[in-house]
Amino acid sequence: MQRKLWMVLALLVLVPGLMLMTSCAQQTAVEQDTTQKTTPSADTSGTTGGEDLPDDAAKRAAEQAMNQFINEHIYFSFDSAQLSAMAQDTLKRKAAWLQENAGVMVAIEGHCDERGTNEYNLALGERRAQSARAYLVDLGISASRLSTISYGEERPLDARSTEEAWAKNRRGQFKLK
Amino acid sequence: MSHVTRRFGLLPILVMLLLLLVAAPSQAVEEFIEINPFLKKIPLAIPEFKPLTEDAPSVQAATEAVQLLEETLLFTGYFKVIDKGAYLENPRETGITDASINYRNWTVIGTELLITGGVRRSAEAVEMELRLFDTFKGQSVLGKRYRGTPKDTRRIVRKFASEVVFLLTGSRGFFNSEIAFVSTGTGNKEIYISEFDGRNPAQFTRTRNITLSPAWSPDGQWLAYTAYPKNRPFLYIKHRRHKRGYEIGNKGLNITPAWVPTDDSSAALEEMRLAATLSFTGDQEIYLLTGKGKIIKRLTKSWGSDVSPTWSPDGKKLAFVSNRSGNPHIYVKDLASGRVDRLTFQGRYNTQPNWSPKGDKLAYAGMEGGRNDIFVIGFKGRPPVQLTRNSGNNESPSWSPDGSMIAFSSTREGRARIFVMTAFGTDQRRLLKLPGEQTNPQWSPNKHLN
Repeated sequence: MQRKLWMVLALLVLVPGLMLMTSCAQQTAVEQDTTQKTTPSADTSGTTGGEDLPDDAAKRAAEQAMNQFINEHIYFSFDSAQLSAMAQDTLKRKAAWLQENAGVMVAIEGHCDERGTNEYNLALGERRAQSARAYLVDLGISASRLSTISYGEERPLDARSTEEAWAKNRRGQFKLK
Repeated sequence: MSHVTRRFGLLPILVMLLLLLVAAPSQAVEEFIEINPFLKKIPLAIPEFKPLTEDAPSVQAATEAVQLLEETLLFTGYFKVIDKGAYLENPRETGITDASINYRNWTVIGTELLITGGVRRSAEAVEMELRLFDTFKGQSVLGKRYRGTPKDTRRIVRKFASEVVFLLTGSRGFFNSEIAFVSTGTGNKEIYISEFDGRNPAQFTRTRNITLSPAWSPDGQWLAYTAYPKNRPFLYIKHRRHKRGYEIGNKGLNITPAWVPTDDSSAALEEMRLAATLSFTGDQEIYLLTGKGKIIKRLTKSWGSDVSPTWSPDGKKLAFVSNRSGNPHIYVKDLASGRVDRLTFQGRYNTQPNWSPKGDKLAYAGMEGGRNDIFVIGFKGRPPVQLTRNSGNNESPSWSPDGSMIAFSSTREGRARIFVMTAFGTDQRRLLKLPGEQTNPQWSPNKHLN
């Protein structure tokens, strides 16, 4: 169970990361094309991927950090709004990112799996979002930057009716405003 | 009416009277016996209706009317219709009045009730003569003549069906009620409304987002529900026809509306009240609101979730879901004394309470092994009765306005659909099937037929 969750987490971080890298590579390739047309003789480096300028590297790292913030969810047990040790670790990383990005406002979404009933899950989803918010405020993030919203069981990440899907859907999710 | 009850000995009225007589000295006995009127169905014969004039529109109207009346009466679960192949007499030929009926021909095939009809329809008008006979007693019990425009055929049939059910049960039934429910046919959850039997479903909301928890006002004119404009759960109070209404958008949750019952069907929106869960303080509590959404007072006080209120028919008590014991269970609050009692002790997850309009029971969804089933529980400490089992996930029970049936949602056929059953769990069947999934049925009050 624990291992499964780690794998899900790892995938959630890796996949968007990979997607980001692909899109960066495409952008650089296009830039290089233009360079070739205007100064065809200048291409002597022999690399086709292009080399990052220092500014780009920093920008990419920042983007990756932001994507991690958005894509890394926290997970809950059935009918629980308590933060697990793992969820607390994740929230510490989020707090660090929020400290570095002082102007950012965040909406914390609380979600549930489909097994409960819709109305009670709306309430449970809100308590999950509130738990995460309270933890971040404890870590020094200004409460005014953090809003909460519950979607109950209405917005599952995985629509299947399996233990794996339910575990993925019982989550706190973070959106930039 | 007395001769009717004497004849139909298994009918609820007489059973109740008998029980009261027999059990009056001992409270325990009265509690212990519960008669299920849906187990022995009343054998009913409905032979073809007679066209009062032999023209094509009247012949067609007669066929339509007899089918519709049969379907309508069968829907209640009180009756079984005797196989038409067994009928020894054809009132369409021999006559539809008392004088022309040979009761022996009906009792010999087991008929207890006989309905005959005569129908005439022209371009401008429809006319129907409908009669109910007690075949054992050998006499007419009910005879009605109706006139209306050709569009009124169904209204007339339902009105007569309502008279029949009233004679047998003392209750006006639900033939002029509707069912609101949530459907995902458009890709979003929207509220739809159909007639009680699933006919003529029509989309009511167009929020293009999440729309949940429809709740009918006691006069059936207003629907309260939760929707997500700007991605936040707000409450809406919308007029059934004119679509005008009010928005309740406090910070946090604005969910699970439930109107306070009232006998005054002419009450204005301002005079009506509803309960709903709000969480603007950071804690989820149930509040009493005006019909336009203004907060009157808080009704619950407990850290954690207090949701899904449902009112006793007299408006003096409120049942709701709370996780104050650690898991969601159903509690009942007496508003006069302020006392709160826990109602459910079985299982670890009991939600979606819905108080019977008769007042003596509450239906709810109880979870066992990850699946919900419909249960009914009384208030005298007896264990709940499970009405659905081994048939997918069953949620959102909602009583018919006369308390004789329960609508609910079920995944027993795969995707979630709206189902109905009798109050005792018999005669479970699907009400309708639309694109997407259908959940969260709410049965409307029964409007007065006129």
